Amino acid sequence: VIQERPTSSAEAAEVMRACLSEGSRLRVVGGQTKLGWGHVTSEPDVEISTERMGRVLEHNAGDLTAVVQAGVSLKRAQEVFAEAGQMLALDPPLGHDDSATIGGIVATADTGPLRHRYGAPRDLIVGVTIALSDGTLARSGGKVIKNVAGYDLAKLFSGSFGTLGMLTELSLRLHPRPERTATAALDCDGPETLQRASSALAHFPLEAMSLDVVWGGDGGRVMARLGGAAPEPRAEAAVGLMEEFGAARVIEDDAELWEGLRSRQRSEDGAIVRVAGLPSELARISRAVDGIAGSVVGRGALGVLWAELQGDDPQDLVGRIEELRHHLDPLRCVVLDAGRGVREKIDVWGGNQDSSVELMRRIKARFDPQGLCNPGVFVAGI
Amino acid sequence: LYAEIQLKGAGMDARLIEELEKICGGRVVTDAHALRTYESDGLLHYSVAPPVAVLPDSVDEVRRIVRACHEALVPWVARGSGTGLSGGALPVEDGVLIVLSRLRRILEVDLANQRIVVEPGVTNVEVSQAVGPSHFYPPDPSSQIVCSIGGNVAENSGGAHCFKYGFTTNYVTGLEVVLSDGEIVTLGGKELDRPGYDLLGAFVGSEGTLGIATKITLRVVPVPETTRTLVAYFDSTDQAGRAVTDIVGAGVVPGAIEMMDHLSIQACEGATHAGYPLDAAAALIVELDGPRAECAARFDEVVAICENNQATGVRVAQDEAERQLIWKARKAAFAAMGRVARSYYVQDSVIPRTRLPEVLRRIDELSEEFELKVANVFHAGDGNLHPLVCYDAEDPGQAVKAEELAGLILTACLEVDGSITGEHGVGVDKKRFMTKMFSEEDLDAFQRLRCAFDPSQLVNPGKVMPTPRLCGEVPGPYRQHPLERAGVAERF
Repeated sequence: VIQERPTSSAEAAEVMRACLSEGSRLRVVGGQTKLGWGHVTSEPDVEISTERMGRVLEHNAGDLTAVVQAGVSLKRAQEVFAEAGQMLALDPPLGHDDSATIGGIVATADTGPLRHRYGAPRDLIVGVTIALSDGTLARSGGKVIKNVAGYDLAKLFSGSFGTLGMLTELSLRLHPRPERTATAALDCDGPETLQRASSALAHFPLEAMSLDVVWGGDGGRVMARLGGAAPEPRAEAAVGLMEEFGAARVIEDDAELWEGLRSRQRSEDGAIVRVAGLPSELARISRAVDGIAGSVVGRGALGVLWAELQGDDPQDLVGRIEELRHHLDPLRCVVLDAGRGVREKIDVWGGNQDSSVELMRRIKARFDPQGLCNPGVFVAGI
Repeated sequence: LYAEIQLKGAGMDARLIEELEKICGGRVVTDAHALRTYESDGLLHYSVAPPVAVLPDSVDEVRRIVRACHEALVPWVARGSGTGLSGGALPVEDGVLIVLSRLRRILEVDLANQRIVVEPGVTNVEVSQAVGPSHFYPPDPSSQIVCSIGGNVAENSGGAHCFKYGFTTNYVTGLEVVLSDGEIVTLGGKELDRPGYDLLGAFVGSEGTLGIATKITLRVVPVPETTRTLVAYFDSTDQAGRAVTDIVGAGVVPGAIEMMDHLSIQACEGATHAGYPLDAAAALIVELDGPRAECAARFDEVVAICENNQATGVRVAQDEAERQLIWKARKAAFAAMGRVARSYYVQDSVIPRTRLPEVLRRIDELSEEFELKVANVFHAGDGNLHPLVCYDAEDPGQAVKAEELAGLILTACLEVDGSITGEHGVGVDKKRFMTKMFSEEDLDAFQRLRCAFDPSQLVNPGKVMPTPRLCGEVPGPYRQHPLERAGVAERF
């Protein structure tokens, strides 16, 4: 595998152009914390690393916007934004040595607990520069937070796993970092209680930063994190909303708690399955995951849940994942972290029965006609 | 082949009209007089009478109409309530106008999951009504009483509250779309994170050029616990602008933050008698909504910031009636402008918020140079300006000057890294400015998306892109991965 390490968008586009002329299949990598996601594919001919594209190009604090190169680590960018009391409202797990890059997080549309209030990468990117496989360097969106000129390619590229081209620069919308936080937590002894307590919080205008549920084995928890100028009375209000379901309490020193929650979206040696569910299905999903000896963490009001299955026998894991899919059909269960032994035996995306698959293929064919960009890793083998 | 058709103009085929009548019965309009209803949308500068308009009653009728157009190679334009401000629903003279106002059923209200599923002709305000009083749908374009959700999806509509709450694109979780060949595809759903490309993100805001949304699933949110509103007056727009920067810089995220300049205040006050002082150079409406404790803490902070920026007065709404009165003046801005000018041209540019003072000075200079009044109303939180260039339409010289002046305002906004449109869309009105904002390569990338959705280029032609572009065949063979055949990962 040839390694390329461009330092700018223009250099990245040059590398892409060279790949096209050689017919080389290419893969873009950032912090390499999610390389095991997607279908197992053959090694590419060229690997383009963003490790030398790690700069924050602009931080316009007064406008709450920034422009970064794709290879900047989220951690480093947050340090820069924090100097002005701001943040990029994304908090997915950062992987080994906290090396997840903003480009990689966007390319995989990865999210953490903050999604409850602020949305996914797609909702926070206001512009992108992309390099296509023929060397085209194009821009969509801009630097302002409100803009409807032209098509929104930033959203199209978000979660596209590098199959349409390379994200080289991103314009971001930032948010004020809440001065203080407090969390209301309730321990639950049954999935139904979990769902009802989560629903009570979701339907009350708390404006929580995060609303997470966890379930595993014989117990679970519902947690709402409030941030702002006056989080404590709001946390008390959340406790009040959950009173009928059990003894809830306020946790003021809550940073570690939330760090722990997002880390449960990763598994070192087992498997992680992301369930695209609904709030009204929390109990059913929790029970189904129980049924295959797994545990669940996720966003109570959004219905997106991560199931962790422990174990190191690929055959056993595959069996349990298939059982989960069978129970939850038609909800989509995507396998994220999992060993090669598992991913070789299963469609990690959970099949390609969607009516839009043909349209997706047409998009791939327009943006990457020769099929050089990370081929085969995506849904339906795109 | 498509290129040829477009060059010579397909004309309206009598057989197609017959086919449309077979599909829609009496809901096919061909009478020239009746068709005049549809010749413009909310942007009246442009008008094209379509040769035929159809009013389908069901998704299946939409599909069959689109299919018939595809077979006859006749272009078409979809129209909702016709309130758009960029000519996005302007008909094409050799095409079919598909009017979606009869598709107005609310299909499902699923409050447990905070979702509502509607047809495209449902109005924006009907969505909030259907999920109220506990929930609401945040995007609130000022035409919300009449504008349709289908149109909102096409334009990615915003409104006064989008600085805090986001735009249409942040609320659409699922769409059923009829593509140009009549195929129906489902994008997303009630649930988030379905695997695959974010086609919802690509479709919302595509100005009706990628297909017709026939079923729309929206996320709704709980109504805030409390809302507090004030209006502060200033001796200069600079001071008001600094107050906005200080408020946002302090970490406050107002539900809405709107600014009006002297000329707008005069026009609006004259029309509504809301009590704005006529000598104020700027008025700033700040509305905080959310949890009571948070609003209380923040509201005092906002009042202090306005005072620190030499506000000459701060009026706090004491009740809902007073709040409505404060808003009445702002919402009347476009209509009230008729009191100070016979005609006006609305711009919709966006700038980084911190560049507001210099851009306003530039607009003042241009206004003096062209001897035309420019009134300004802004969504100040997100830097979205609506300069209203006033002129006398009876004087053809003034109309030309007004258009030139409006163009120079856009240029001034682009010079500070802004955008030519924040919420009205490109449509036909701003497409000539696309090349000032985007390079040929950028436009080429846009065209790839459009061609993937509509290789026949029959869908809303002549909009968004500055010059007509052809799709052509996909260059080179697309190498089919074995997974596409087998459906599982086997390639090593």
